[in-house]
Amino acid sequence: MPVVNWLKRHLVVIAGLLTLGYLLLPNVVVTVFSFNKPKGRFNYEWQQFSTDAWKDPCGVAGMCDSLSISLQIAIWATIGATLLGTMIAFALVRYRFRARGSVNSLIFLPMAMPEVVMAASLLTLFLNLGAQLGFWTILIAHIMFCLSFVVVAVKARVLSMDPRLEQAAQDLYAGPAQTFLRVTLPIAAPGIAAGAMLAFALSFDDFIITNFNAGSTVTFPMFVWGSAQRGTPVQINVIGTAMFLIAVLLVLTSMVIGNRRNRQKA
Amino acid sequence: MTTDSSGDVRLSGIGKTYGAFTAVHPLDLTVPQGSFFALLGASGCGKTTTLRMIAGLEEPSSGTVHLGDQDVTALPPYKRPVNTVFQSYALFPHLDIFENVAFGLRRRGIKSVKKQVEDMLELVQLGEQARKKPHQLSGGQQQRVAVARALINHPKVLLLDEPLGALDLKLRRQMQLELKRIQTEVGITFVHVTHDQEEAMTMADTVAVMNAGRVEQLGSPTDLYENPQTTFVANFLGTSNLIEAEVDTKNGDDIVLRAGGGKLVLPEARCSAPTTAGGKVLVGVRPEKISLTHADDAGEIPEGRNRITGRIAHSSFIGVSTQYVIDSQVCPEFEVYAQNIERDPRLTPGADVVLHWSPVHTFGLDAAQDIDAGIDEQAAV
Repeated sequence: MPVVNWLKRHLVVIAGLLTLGYLLLPNVVVTVFSFNKPKGRFNYEWQQFSTDAWKDPCGVAGMCDSLSISLQIAIWATIGATLLGTMIAFALVRYRFRARGSVNSLIFLPMAMPEVVMAASLLTLFLNLGAQLGFWTILIAHIMFCLSFVVVAVKARVLSMDPRLEQAAQDLYAGPAQTFLRVTLPIAAPGIAAGAMLAFALSFDDFIITNFNAGSTVTFPMFVWGSAQRGTPVQINVIGTAMFLIAVLLVLTSMVIGNRRNRQKA
Repeated sequence: MTTDSSGDVRLSGIGKTYGAFTAVHPLDLTVPQGSFFALLGASGCGKTTTLRMIAGLEEPSSGTVHLGDQDVTALPPYKRPVNTVFQSYALFPHLDIFENVAFGLRRRGIKSVKKQVEDMLELVQLGEQARKKPHQLSGGQQQRVAVARALINHPKVLLLDEPLGALDLKLRRQMQLELKRIQTEVGITFVHVTHDQEEAMTMADTVAVMNAGRVEQLGSPTDLYENPQTTFVANFLGTSNLIEAEVDTKNGDDIVLRAGGGKLVLPEARCSAPTTAGGKVLVGVRPEKISLTHADDAGEIPEGRNRITGRIAHSSFIGVSTQYVIDSQVCPEFEVYAQNIERDPRLTPGADVVLHWSPVHTFGLDAAQDIDAGIDEQAAV
């Protein structure tokens, strides 16, 4: 019975490790295969260890161009959606105006609607307007669907903010601009940052809406999809692994900074 | 106190309405420089709105606010030389204690704030906590930070909006003394909003009792307690026994009244109601001013005292005193607080007694008012 007892005691840890493994396994496979040297055009079977792809990440024609387009769109979409979304969130929480209720529910529509439907209707709209499909149409579409996520994230934060803090700032000689910069913005910052990160991630890996409205522009997800039909270069795994590592590094850095701050305070 | 009047707060005809609801009826009020002034009333009486109009956080619907000779009615809060200690403190959660206290100085472009902030934290005994965040402090400490953050700016007037409401009773008593000490030390005008009558009376030089958007009575704590002029003040500040009586005759400076079968004497100077013969007046007396004598000893009561006969309905012993509720003809629930000095063992529920008190402790109120005004409000807070 000692085995059963040991299991009982460590059940939570075991379950946790199994879940973590389940989540991380795909990333491990991607990372391992980024060091593969495939024989044919498909990187699906392990052949031998090589760092060729890491030495020449842009070795595949068009891939780094698509990556650059995706990053540009993601950055601009994040900036646009975060700016607009933050303002909408503040307006919805702080002010009473006509149509506030309908705006409040309409803002959730992009989250609830199937992406394909949205993609198709956006395409119809752009075609009817005679817009040239490409970078700008993708950007407009991305800002549109990122907006709702930013609004939700920022709204939650603004709702929990005590309006008396801003009154206190005004009482302590801070004018409207100072109050916003010194008090409102820093307190709302975690919500805004969460919204921005969400927007970046959503924009960067969006495929369906982008594919409909891209014209001849090719984003990174579109490139991966396209190349999967003809063969998958190892460089895709390299980019995937690099992005994963950057994300992990960012999280670790923020944790270390947070811990150090807490230790200083104590 | 100084003769300088730059710290006077002068409200003239100031009022606030929200649509059809009047939060504050136009009122005139002058708070002299250097005084500790309390606005006392139940929640919703307009006291906080009045305070916020002085701070500039609420725009008055009518009237003006003057600080000293300056008309500040049109100035936004950040241009007024007043600072507020908010209810629940409103400390900035993202700044540490030092930066919270330095906030006002920095906004006015003062560069070397270190010395001033440290001195101020020393004054409120929080020198050790300068680098902590507000949520790491206890309620009492947060409260002191809020006071320091306001006082460091040397405002002409410090406004306190129920600053002790969130503290437990013991800490509240301690902070009351602390605030009073700080006020005496810095000599700034304090305007303090509270619903706690004991707090207002222990701390303030002058108290304005507010009810339903109006100032009911203004005066020193002793004056308000001894000479209430409305039933609301009589009932909200402490407890009063009110008897309905009819004016009988005038005898020099005294008025003789009929109540039930007996007669009561009331000095005319202590009556705020019109006193024509045959008119009605409410006669009031505080429970601790009354003496209780067993009916068998009624003959020993000195002449010239007001008397009422009754029967003890309840008595409760609470250490320093015993509280009796007496059922009498003129008033069904007469309250009497007797010090436990020489307790008469016959004074138990059911005993017939005579209540008697000196006429100088009697006050007269206009009988046209609600006799129970202020009782529910006091119970509610």
